[in-house]
Amino acid sequence: MTLQSLTRAWEPMSYGFLDASAKREIRRKMLKAIAVPGCQVPYASREVPMARGWGTGGLQISCTLINPRTRIKVIDQGADDSVNAASIRKFLARVSGAPTTNDALEADLIQSRHRVPEEVLREDQVLVLQVPNPEPLRPVQPNMSIARQMHADADYGRMWLQLYEQIVRSGRVMQGASYPSLVNGRFVMTPSPIPRWDVPKLHMARHLTILSAGREKRLHVVPPFTRVEPLVFDDVPYRVEDHGGLTCQRSGARGYFMNEIPQDDGSSIHEVSDSDLGVKTIRRREGEAVAIGATWYENGEMTS
Amino acid sequence: MSLTMDEPTLVTTRPLLTARDVSKAYGPVQALRGVSATVYPGEVLGIVGESGSGKSTFLRALNLEETPDTGSYTLDLPDVQGNLFDLDRYARRMLCATRIGIVYQNPHLGLLMSHSSSGNVAERLLVAGERRFAVLRDKAQRALEASEFPTERMDAPPAELSGGMQQRVQLAKAIALEPALLLLDEPTTGLDVSVQALVLDTLKRLQQERRITMVIVSHDLGVIRTLSDRVMVMRRGEVVEQGLADQVFQDPQHAYTQQLVHAKL
Repeated sequence: MTLQSLTRAWEPMSYGFLDASAKREIRRKMLKAIAVPGCQVPYASREVPMARGWGTGGLQISCTLINPRTRIKVIDQGADDSVNAASIRKFLARVSGAPTTNDALEADLIQSRHRVPEEVLREDQVLVLQVPNPEPLRPVQPNMSIARQMHADADYGRMWLQLYEQIVRSGRVMQGASYPSLVNGRFVMTPSPIPRWDVPKLHMARHLTILSAGREKRLHVVPPFTRVEPLVFDDVPYRVEDHGGLTCQRSGARGYFMNEIPQDDGSSIHEVSDSDLGVKTIRRREGEAVAIGATWYENGEMTS
Repeated sequence: MSLTMDEPTLVTTRPLLTARDVSKAYGPVQALRGVSATVYPGEVLGIVGESGSGKSTFLRALNLEETPDTGSYTLDLPDVQGNLFDLDRYARRMLCATRIGIVYQNPHLGLLMSHSSSGNVAERLLVAGERRFAVLRDKAQRALEASEFPTERMDAPPAELSGGMQQRVQLAKAIALEPALLLLDEPTTGLDVSVQALVLDTLKRLQQERRITMVIVSHDLGVIRTLSDRVMVMRRGEVVEQGLADQVFQDPQHAYTQQLVHAKL
């Protein structure tokens, strides 16, 4: 009898940097979060080779879901080519052997910092959002023990009070990002600091969205076909920015959500909020056969 | 003589508030020793006593912020049944948010100092489920008007207001939902005499106009005498004397009450 006969030959069973027990724990917590949409589920956030606050929460989820056949896309504030996005994409590919892409239609797993892609995602796609602060009640209740009780009681009156104060002071709701939203009619979540225009993209979406905060060690989930309703007063409707008439300075794309880039002379230019959509628009204009999927927002109207 | 329907009457046989044998200890300190009280609809009960006599603890128990070691507490309201001390946290919160109003001695306990005054009032309406901005605004304004708060300052945060104005915001917040019971914990302590008089006038007018049932705690006999129909005197966690306000102040029976009534600087 030899040691070799008693053990199995080595094979690459574990992918994605984290050890199997860490991934198993995160998978269990993800399943729990899927079962209770919008509820923050604590998990043992592991160390990853990246500083806290740079997407460690999203990275752990991606490392848990990834395998060598998963096609990954990483977005940083709508851009695929930022240093942060490129570094995370390279890291994920290196630790899993997974292929990468910039095309939202081709990707199986999309890790994103603060943006939902412009093209509508499918049932077989997973969106992982990096979240700095998962607790929507923190601005109104600094004591987290009491905040947990408020979640348990669905005591969200003070969230509306925040909106009331904004209307009283500024004449309109000023919450431009991280807009508090009620998930499945039960839990209020802060949908990462995605812009206000991205929140309706989560409502009854076909894809699974996992929001994870590595520093705060919590994740929450919007399962497919789940209601995500921004908190509003009955007589003050929710409005997204009207970008229907804006044109992307780089790509010439028109009728999509745009990032505003202030200029030195006080004016502003705009760039489409999803850089890959801009690239696709340019390639198509230059005669390439590029597939552009249906988008959430077209010509000033939400489509889905 | 017969009573007509439009004649207001205080004649009733059922108390709104009934507390029985309420006791509470904080470690070795016995804060309440078998305190019992009844308050009838539209009546004002004043609780008086020296510092540490247990009057604020009793008031907090009535606001369901404290759970006594023993005793019972009932409110005679259509949808409120049983001993309220047995309610779970959620039921307590909803009851206090909708049926019981409270004005604290320290406005920091009752108000969000950096939010607008109208927002503080609106918060109470939001907890009760109101989700229309225009209605919130309107009801907040009306409650502030009723508490004689200058409505042109309704969007100023309490942190920028005087103590008397902060108490008016607290009062507006407390009455915004027209509570069945209003609890007042030393509402005029710390205010100068002229502002005290204005706040007392407002309370008296509100009580007369709306027939709000009130329990007011104070160590100031003047305040208690001005507002109360009945008075309960507490000492070392016990009720030493109770009766009609005039009766207690004019003919105090207990030695401690006599000492209080005749005490002068």
